[in-house]
Amino acid sequence: MAANVKVALFLPCYIDQLYPKVGMATVRLLEHYDVSVDFPTEQTCCGQPFSNMGCVDEVKPLAEKFLKVFGEYDYVVCPSGSCTSMVRKHYEEYIEAEPLENLTRKVYELCEFMTDVLKVDHIDKSFPHKVGVHQSCHGLRELRLGQSSEINAPTTSVDKVGSLLSMVKDIELMPLNRADECCGFGGTFAVKEEKISCQMGHDRLNDHEEAGAEIITGADMSCLMHLDGLSRRKKKAFKVMHVAEILAP
Amino acid sequence: MTATQLIGDTERVKWHDKALWAVRSKRDTASAGIPEWEELRELAAQIKQHTLSKLPDYLQQFEEQAAKMGAVVHWASNAEEHNVIVHRILEENKVRYVVKSKSMLTEECGLNPYLEKRNIEITDTDLGERIVQLAEEPPSHIVLPAIHMKKEDIGELFHTHLGTPKGLNDAKQLTEAARQDLRKKFLQADAGITGVNFAIAETGGLVVCTNEGNADLGTALPPIHIACMGMEKLLPRAKDLSVFLRLLARSATGQPITTYSSHFHGPRTNNQLHIVIVDNGRYRLFESKEFSRALSCIRCGACMNTCPVYRRTGGHSYHATIPGPIGSILSPNQDGEAYASLPYRSSLCGSCTDVCPVKINLHEQLLLWRREMVKRRRGPGNVGVVVKLVAWGMKSEKLFAFGGYVARTIMRLTPSFILNSGLHPWGKQRDLPEIPKESFRKMYQKRNKQ
Repeated sequence: MAANVKVALFLPCYIDQLYPKVGMATVRLLEHYDVSVDFPTEQTCCGQPFSNMGCVDEVKPLAEKFLKVFGEYDYVVCPSGSCTSMVRKHYEEYIEAEPLENLTRKVYELCEFMTDVLKVDHIDKSFPHKVGVHQSCHGLRELRLGQSSEINAPTTSVDKVGSLLSMVKDIELMPLNRADECCGFGGTFAVKEEKISCQMGHDRLNDHEEAGAEIITGADMSCLMHLDGLSRRKKKAFKVMHVAEILAP
Repeated sequence: MTATQLIGDTERVKWHDKALWAVRSKRDTASAGIPEWEELRELAAQIKQHTLSKLPDYLQQFEEQAAKMGAVVHWASNAEEHNVIVHRILEENKVRYVVKSKSMLTEECGLNPYLEKRNIEITDTDLGERIVQLAEEPPSHIVLPAIHMKKEDIGELFHTHLGTPKGLNDAKQLTEAARQDLRKKFLQADAGITGVNFAIAETGGLVVCTNEGNADLGTALPPIHIACMGMEKLLPRAKDLSVFLRLLARSATGQPITTYSSHFHGPRTNNQLHIVIVDNGRYRLFESKEFSRALSCIRCGACMNTCPVYRRTGGHSYHATIPGPIGSILSPNQDGEAYASLPYRSSLCGSCTDVCPVKINLHEQLLLWRREMVKRRRGPGNVGVVVKLVAWGMKSEKLFAFGGYVARTIMRLTPSFILNSGLHPWGKQRDLPEIPKESFRKMYQKRNKQ
């Protein structure tokens, strides 16, 4: 395991404002592995919501700001597959090739940073609960944090979120009928196509319920916010936790 | 019967989702049986991209080879021309009765109503197509056109149109009733129309993949065969079929191959074979830097079966000839105004991209179309002031932190019955999270001061 690594924490804007405890868990988790964490306060939003609406002009200044804020760090770590993917896969349009290549090489989603850079092979924590893992789409199908169920490659690539969770003691990971179906959040899709979005979310909740999960976790708080909102409205007993909250000491 | 709008009818949504998920699961099993599945996809993608890069050359080669075998090749620049050409062939041969085996292209061109207006009876012979034809509905899926209908709906429809006993819902008996009725149509027909799955430039041959054999029956009985194809259907060599025939049915329905892969090389003795090659917006895609990959599509329908939005809304809700993810990137090319919202009917989950046998980057294309729509000031992305204001605020960390503080404070002070209510689309079915007093940046600052 590499020690004394220095990283910049890139925190999704909605986590900053709505889920500060997820940010704090991320810091605790990284520090537990001797990573020194810096939170550059000039950061705001990576621009993904505007990008997904097709508003290119609105993204450009935010992408440029991102480069300015994070460009000088050795590693940039983000507790969101979706926001990480925005920088790694969708900044092409906004930033020139060379600085972009330098930037994308060092931006990591939290779980892949732990498996690929820190090479974490054991986690000294007990979490005696039945947990359902929600594989968020952008982490899975854009960052390839695992192999999606559509792909049929005889691969050795592991499910990075799941493999970290399975290192936790006493945890019980509950298998789902549909391992990686979208929850229906989809950013502005969640409000523009409210009915479809909620139907998709309810179907995910039912799958987790049938699997016997008490806790739904994942690497993207946005999907979890949507699932949590639906679950609480229906007064279901689920608890929703970001994967960092389970892994952190 | 009107087009079925699924969303809102929870039971029907569940049933439709389950029916299509079963097809997706069969596809998973079938593709898992091929160890080199991902290599095949890559190969197919490359063959298609190569073919498209030399499309005019291959089209010319195909025309020459097909003509050598006695086929007559016609060129149609749009739907209207396609219909005029088909009608002219039928008129010249005094045809009154036509049988057709599934062709989404003729749906795209509106051939049936065009011919019916001109007093020609055209019968769709594939069971699913026949069902939607009797129901006077468009297909809701490109491979499973009547997937939105339950067997009870079909029993009712056949009772009305084919005289089956009321309440008969047995799939086998209903199919037999359709067969008996169609047999008469086949015997009566003076011409058969088919679609084309693959056209081979090297040989001038056509390949039509079906499960019911109607393309064979419909072209073997009448003396005239009209094959209608989009200009993107080409493959360079016959041996390329070895890649595509392995991918097509596995991706579509999970079968190893369709029951019939019918090859047509010129007309039978004393008969006619007409091939109508249609542009209808395809050349515009061909010339487009961003969107040309959509032309690789082999119409397997896998992106529909896997799409969580399609499965829950049904094909009719797209109001386009081709629904689902591929339809949402093809339709805006046909009519950017009418279909401006389709690229937004996706959560961008990317399942379509991963399932596509020719590796079309479907979800990325949806995103590119959104950009295009904003550029053209069309569709739901064109939201103007609010988005611009938020985006402007995000440029400054001070404004961001202040805006976040204000929004959180308002949300914390607003009573739950207002906050978590139908006043906003988020609140109709979802509660907001418990709003924290402090943002992360505040908490983190405090911690570091300690």
